[in-house]
Amino acid sequence: MLLIQCPACGVEAEETEFAAGGEAHIVRPGPGCTDAEWASYLFDRKNPRGVHYERWRHAFGCGKWFHMARHTHTLEVFGVYAADVLDPPQEIKDRIAERTAP
Amino acid sequence: MTRLANGGALIDRDTPVSFTFDGKQFRGVKGDTLASAMLANGVKLVNRSYKYHRPRGVVTSGPEEPNGLVNLGSGNRHEPNIRMTQIELFDGLEATSQNRYPSLRNDVGVLNAAASRLYPAGFYYKTFIHPRHAWKYLFEPMIRRIAGLGRAPTEADPDTYEHQYAFCDTLIAGGGASGLLAARRAGEAGGRVMLVEQTERLGGRLLVDDDAEIDGKPAREWVAEQVAALEAMENVTIRLRTCCSAAYDHGYALLYERRTDHTMPTGPRHRLWRVRTKQIIGATGMIERPIPFYGNDFPGVMLASAVRDYVKLWGVAPGQTTVLYTTNDDGYRTALALHEAGCKVAAILDSRADPAGLLVEQAKTAGITVHPSTGIGKTEGTKDGVTAIHTVPLGKGDDVALGEKIDCDCVAMAGGWSPVVHLYSHSGGKVMWDAGRAMYRPDPDNPPRDSSGEAYVRMVGGATGALTTQDVLTSAAGNGEGVSVHGPAEQPTASVWFTPSHGKAALGGKHFLDYQNDVTVADIRLAAREGFESVEHAKRYTTLGMATDQGKLSNINGHAILADTLGKAMPEVGTTTFRPPYTPISMGSIAGQQKGSLFKPFRQTALHEWHAEQGAEFEPVGDWRRPYRYQKGGEGRETSITREIRRVREKVGLLDASTLGKLIVRGPDAGKFLDLMYTNMMSTLKPGKCRYGLMCDDNGFLMDDGVVARLDEQTFLCHTTSGGSDRVHAWMEEWLQTEWFDLKVLTANVTEQWSQFAVAGPNARALLDRLEGDVDFAALPFMGFADGTLGGMPVRVFRISFSGELSYELATPTAFAVSLWELLLGSGDDLGVGPYGTEALHVLRAEKGFIVIGDETDGTVTPHDVGMSWAVSKKKEDFLGKRAMERPDLTRKGRKQLVGLLTEDPNFVLPDGAHALSADGTRAIGHVTSTYHSPTIKRSIAMALIEGGMDRMGEVLEIGIDRKTTVKAVIASPVFYDKDGARQNV
Ligand SMILES: [Zn+2]
Repeated sequence: MLLIQCPACGVEAEETEFAAGGEAHIVRPGPGCTDAEWASYLFDRKNPRGVHYERWRHAFGCGKWFHMARHTHTLEVFGVYAADVLDPPQEIKDRIAERTAP
Repeated sequence: MTRLANGGALIDRDTPVSFTFDGKQFRGVKGDTLASAMLANGVKLVNRSYKYHRPRGVVTSGPEEPNGLVNLGSGNRHEPNIRMTQIELFDGLEATSQNRYPSLRNDVGVLNAAASRLYPAGFYYKTFIHPRHAWKYLFEPMIRRIAGLGRAPTEADPDTYEHQYAFCDTLIAGGGASGLLAARRAGEAGGRVMLVEQTERLGGRLLVDDDAEIDGKPAREWVAEQVAALEAMENVTIRLRTCCSAAYDHGYALLYERRTDHTMPTGPRHRLWRVRTKQIIGATGMIERPIPFYGNDFPGVMLASAVRDYVKLWGVAPGQTTVLYTTNDDGYRTALALHEAGCKVAAILDSRADPAGLLVEQAKTAGITVHPSTGIGKTEGTKDGVTAIHTVPLGKGDDVALGEKIDCDCVAMAGGWSPVVHLYSHSGGKVMWDAGRAMYRPDPDNPPRDSSGEAYVRMVGGATGALTTQDVLTSAAGNGEGVSVHGPAEQPTASVWFTPSHGKAALGGKHFLDYQNDVTVADIRLAAREGFESVEHAKRYTTLGMATDQGKLSNINGHAILADTLGKAMPEVGTTTFRPPYTPISMGSIAGQQKGSLFKPFRQTALHEWHAEQGAEFEPVGDWRRPYRYQKGGEGRETSITREIRRVREKVGLLDASTLGKLIVRGPDAGKFLDLMYTNMMSTLKPGKCRYGLMCDDNGFLMDDGVVARLDEQTFLCHTTSGGSDRVHAWMEEWLQTEWFDLKVLTANVTEQWSQFAVAGPNARALLDRLEGDVDFAALPFMGFADGTLGGMPVRVFRISFSGELSYELATPTAFAVSLWELLLGSGDDLGVGPYGTEALHVLRAEKGFIVIGDETDGTVTPHDVGMSWAVSKKKEDFLGKRAMERPDLTRKGRKQLVGLLTEDPNFVLPDGAHALSADGTRAIGHVTSTYHSPTIKRSIAMALIEGGMDRMGEVLEIGIDRKTTVKAVIASPVFYDKDGARQNV
């Protein structure tokens, strides 16, 4: 069971206190998009063996959504960050580069 | 009796303990396990094997025991499959053997053995395929009668179980030599330390293998010193009879504590500990391997380490004359222990050509004959145990003649040691094959990692593959100061994966690998020949390692045989995955306190007790319990429901609708936000007005519905379905926080702050007008609401209807719920006021063709499908589901659409979910979503989703009832009653 720190309230807690929300940074296309774009938005998800950006919610705590960068195989957590950004912050990217360097 | 005159470090000879086995009275002494006590009574036969029903005795002295499984206790404390080697004896203990019929000594299943050549690996897969019902009626009942491990209890367990939480810096699994030293070092370093040990004793193998001096002291003295030091440390907690069952992600460990199994029950029987720790030190030691040879499963054939455990810990001689078959020096300790205890060691057979070293010399000095390069080629015995072995030369191929016959009543097998790597493996650590030591050991470069990517499990001692006391303690000392050990040097092991028997192995003699599942060397070879070459496939085909011992004794030997048969090296074959729990844990401990009313606590409204007093029969709705109907006297369901429906249609009924979700959505952008959340327009709603709204997900499918009221310019009150309040609230927050975070909107779930009642029926207004208050009920228009007081209590009155009758919903702060409810009920006896339940509610709404989310929708249904295109805005640029509803599959002709069904026979009520058939009867074209007898129109009514249904009005369909019967029903409007809505507009 993962140990997760909520960036909104600062609490570090068991995974059961959180709810997973799937892949992060998926862009919702506008109403004028093509069927293929809409289908991709609905259904296409990455399933990497490696670094994954995910949405989580502190469901049984402060209720806030946030993002987490996690290694799906080693389960290392590279960092958590706010839900209202379109890209991972540079410090998270730096940490990932440092930790996954061969 | 085979109790030795002397020795037995764990027993108190002066305290007898009586117990029964298969109903017969036996005596042991305090400190015995059930296994040692049975051996002390000279009983070796304790079980029958699973597949062949061969007689079996205990093989081990610990939790890895494959054979000695018994039913423990009786009546409501009966528990199957408990390992005798782990049962500490107490007065009054009752055990029965299992897997035998009618009795242990005379088991009809043993016929299997005569026919055992007909039971190869994969037998069940190969045999019972045809004919199909022969399996169900003939083979399965027969096999279940004869096979099976133990017997499931039939009564509720009277014991209690607990879940506990704990936090520490270092969790040490295992209280042997390495665990004690690691705990001492961790304790001295100052963090919070938990040391857990699965048995009742600390010291591990040092209590038996005491031929080394540690820091100048005898091994036992060193153990006592460590224990005393640990007990004196305030930051160290020691838990005995507690097994570290599992190591999960990020330092989460599961401990299984058997609190009262060694005594009569007091307090919780088992505890399941959930521990968060920064570090786990796995001091889990090793398990000795058996050696595959012909007949290695007779009672009396045991692991060498177990034989000396019984001698030195419990003062029991498993046999009077023992033959040791060893592959290493450590096995000689068993010969020496037996010799010292005055038992005869008939011979030592050593797989190695040149056994040498101190332990070997000591054995020779003691006068024991050592046969190098020799194994056991064949075994003789009865159901009560082994009687003789025949030697066989090793290293000369498989086609060799047997050597001399040696009489014995015990065989000790020293096949080498396997590190217990389970905890390392549970959460992602890798193991590696160490060819030099013939073992899988933890790969230090691939440990389980915590959230920061650092190793959090470190194995020490035997679990790393350390074979001598010196190496064990050096690894446990970590970077700290080591200890000095003086013990005998040992020569390398020469593993024997298979011992040739008379000629070829295929002559019918069985070389057992997995005792519990009766898997033999021949089975693995057959699996390999038949193409099950992957270790995971061979496992499933032969069931190797799939019994309750999970292959603790058998896996390495089995994988070696597979590798040998395929001509591959061990690492190429690989090993199966170690999964938690390490040993089986009780179902009770998993349930903990979460049983009965605590299994799934339910939500109740403020009126719950009132409902119960009025004879309510409750039904689950989401997490709620709602009154399904109110029973009067002994009346049947139909009678109550009909009465309640007629009350609403003819007089006035009260419904506790408090479970409806109530969400406040407030802010300058609240209207804009709700326009995105609902399919219809909410921003144009005027304060003081209500609008029925539909919510879809971004697939375009209906997910909730409810009435939205605009309280003021910036505030909306959104009603959700009873089961949906938390889900819809979370749904709104998700979009607000992750997609439209620029909108200035706040939400709050006020479901439980407000109680809400429907007052429905032609007399509703007359009833409300009688009460003192300031709401003008006649002036309140349909879909309007007003705040005011009623009988001195604050109310918000909505004029909305889910029954099609004149109807008001009254919301009041929950503190007033009971008073307001009783005031309403007490004010209109002459008007016929009374309560109605959810079933009446459902029939009333179905008569009107109103949908219920979850009945008429199933996550694949759009608003258009249920005839609610009017609630889907064409003006809004965007809302959840808008783009999806334009996708080809959602706009195509022939989608299932909501219609009414009227059966040809008006008294026949269709089964819920019944399928409608295509004209040629070959295909289902839809299904019934709601179906009732309508007391109002006095016939059956149903709603259904039918392909292209809206264009098929008047068509007669065949509805399948069962495989042979269909009934006719005509497609009609789903609005069965008061199609113009005249009744609610009065
Ligand atoms: Zn939080």
